[in-house]
Amino acid sequence: MSAVAVRDQRPAPRSYYGRPVLKQPVWTWEIPLYFISGGVSGGSAGLAFAAGVAGNEILAKRAQLAAFGAIAVSPALLISDLGRPERFLNMLRVFKPSSPMSVGSWLLAANGAATAIATLGVFTGKAPRLTRASGAAAAALGMPLTTYTAVLIANTAVPLWHEGRHELPFVFGGSSAAGAGALAALITPHEHAGPARRLAAIGTVIEGAASQLMERRLGHLAEPLRSGHAGRLAGAAKILTTSGAVLTGVLGARRPRTARAGAAMVLAGEVVERWSVFRAGFQSAADPAYTIGPQRARRSDDACA
Amino acid sequence: MSHTVINLDTRASAESYGAEAKPRVGFFTDTSLCIGCKACEVACKEWNAVPASPGGFTGESYDNTGALGANSWRHVAFIEQRRRLGVEEAGPGSLVQTAALEDLRSRTAIEPRVEDGFRWLMSSDVCKHCTEAACLDVCPTGALFRTEFGTVVVQEDVCNGCGYCIPACPFGVIDQRHDDGRAWKCTLCYDRLKDDQEPACAQACPTASIQFGEHEQLRARARERVKDLHDQGVPDARLYGEDPGDGVGGFGAFFLLLDEPEVYGLPPDPLVTTRHLAGTWRAAGLAAVAVAGAIAGAFLGGRG
Repeated sequence: MSAVAVRDQRPAPRSYYGRPVLKQPVWTWEIPLYFISGGVSGGSAGLAFAAGVAGNEILAKRAQLAAFGAIAVSPALLISDLGRPERFLNMLRVFKPSSPMSVGSWLLAANGAATAIATLGVFTGKAPRLTRASGAAAAALGMPLTTYTAVLIANTAVPLWHEGRHELPFVFGGSSAAGAGALAALITPHEHAGPARRLAAIGTVIEGAASQLMERRLGHLAEPLRSGHAGRLAGAAKILTTSGAVLTGVLGARRPRTARAGAAMVLAGEVVERWSVFRAGFQSAADPAYTIGPQRARRSDDACA
Repeated sequence: MSHTVINLDTRASAESYGAEAKPRVGFFTDTSLCIGCKACEVACKEWNAVPASPGGFTGESYDNTGALGANSWRHVAFIEQRRRLGVEEAGPGSLVQTAALEDLRSRTAIEPRVEDGFRWLMSSDVCKHCTEAACLDVCPTGALFRTEFGTVVVQEDVCNGCGYCIPACPFGVIDQRHDDGRAWKCTLCYDRLKDDQEPACAQACPTASIQFGEHEQLRARARERVKDLHDQGVPDARLYGEDPGDGVGGFGAFFLLLDEPEVYGLPPDPLVTTRHLAGTWRAAGLAAVAVAGAIAGAFLGGRG
């Protein structure tokens, strides 16, 4: 594996039989899928609200539907990942600001309720004032919903995730915005989907720029994003999102089928992108060099100071 | 309710227990006294009914436990080094050493490399019961809590197996029990503490390598012990986790080591990431504003 190759060039720090210092996360496939479903729901709620304000009722309705669909699957994914799924309500047993998962559970619950009420109102036409207020609340709560999962993983001892804490929220936020735009572009008639296509492109640019910045700043700690399983996923995600954004955001303005194909690529690419960040964290935790190296350097700095 | 709801500080403090608060307790594990008998591992398993953790033969010296985990709450590490032992070593050419080497040569035809020396480090690792505990900070259910003794314990009837504590621990201590789904780790024998008993591992340790007691007394004793070892010609001896100024505010269970922490599989400069959490939330807030800006921007470039 290339992680080993890189370590050959750099003196490997001492370790206990090469064993990892950290435990790898026990989270399974549901978690990266939730990262994207929760994020897309938040972005879609924002898109629905903005489309309503702009008077694009058709886009507003479709984005509202997307927000509801994405938020409806989210708790199912999270509960399915729990070691004790029947105890999922314990998540709302306390409110704990020191736990991003606790904050996120409450955020998800509040956003889910607002999105459900707004969606019901939009499609039944009843209680217009409550519907508007709920839509606005879902949009407001949806914005942090697109980024908090980055705080959740950054607040761990996993070197890649923790050291990437300044850029990861922008990676996840951009990816959520791109996914929301792409999903809306897929299910909205082409002539009404212009803003959705542009959002897919803008989100991809934000995500790509933040990823680049993070990789450059982290140096060798970002190796897991370039090597092994996570590296292959990251490469595929980059190709899918970049070409998809060009197809849907630029070439697709007058070509409905090109635009849809591009949107599908962006959406798929953002799913793969979250997967790569998720898997890269496992690789980062598994190699003791990533844990020990920077800590050893930090201690030497202290000794010199 | 008098306590504030928004409070990121979970430092070891039994103050919230009021009259029930007890002095903080912990372990001082003096690895210079460890003989690698693993009585601590066995006593812990027996007392706490920890399931078996067969890992097979590792070939890593005498260590077949491998690491701390959901089913290993004490772990004895064994490190073989081609280094001179120091003061404990019988002098080269002493009667004892010469006789032993002659015996080895005559029976096995092995030519020992006495000039490089050989030392065998052993160390019984355990949950550190951090002053600022990452596992406790991130636990979303409140299953992990600070006891009246200042220790960190999982309530198994509350834990829903979300797994957040596992990558949060900078030492890789806590882990999920796979057939059970919940997270498990050393409780510092909370049940025994309640009955004024010392933890099972400390009671079983035959050499006083594992010392249990009030945290402040242990720290004073540990500093004395390091000084003694330095005076006796063991300059490698150093304390690990005794300093409240470190990245986790000091360990409730700290160590005397004879080499760098990473040699024992321990992080040289562990950090509770909660210290960076406010800054991370700030970045997430800015990113959320950027997403809102991206959505607004998407409506500017064209006609709705």
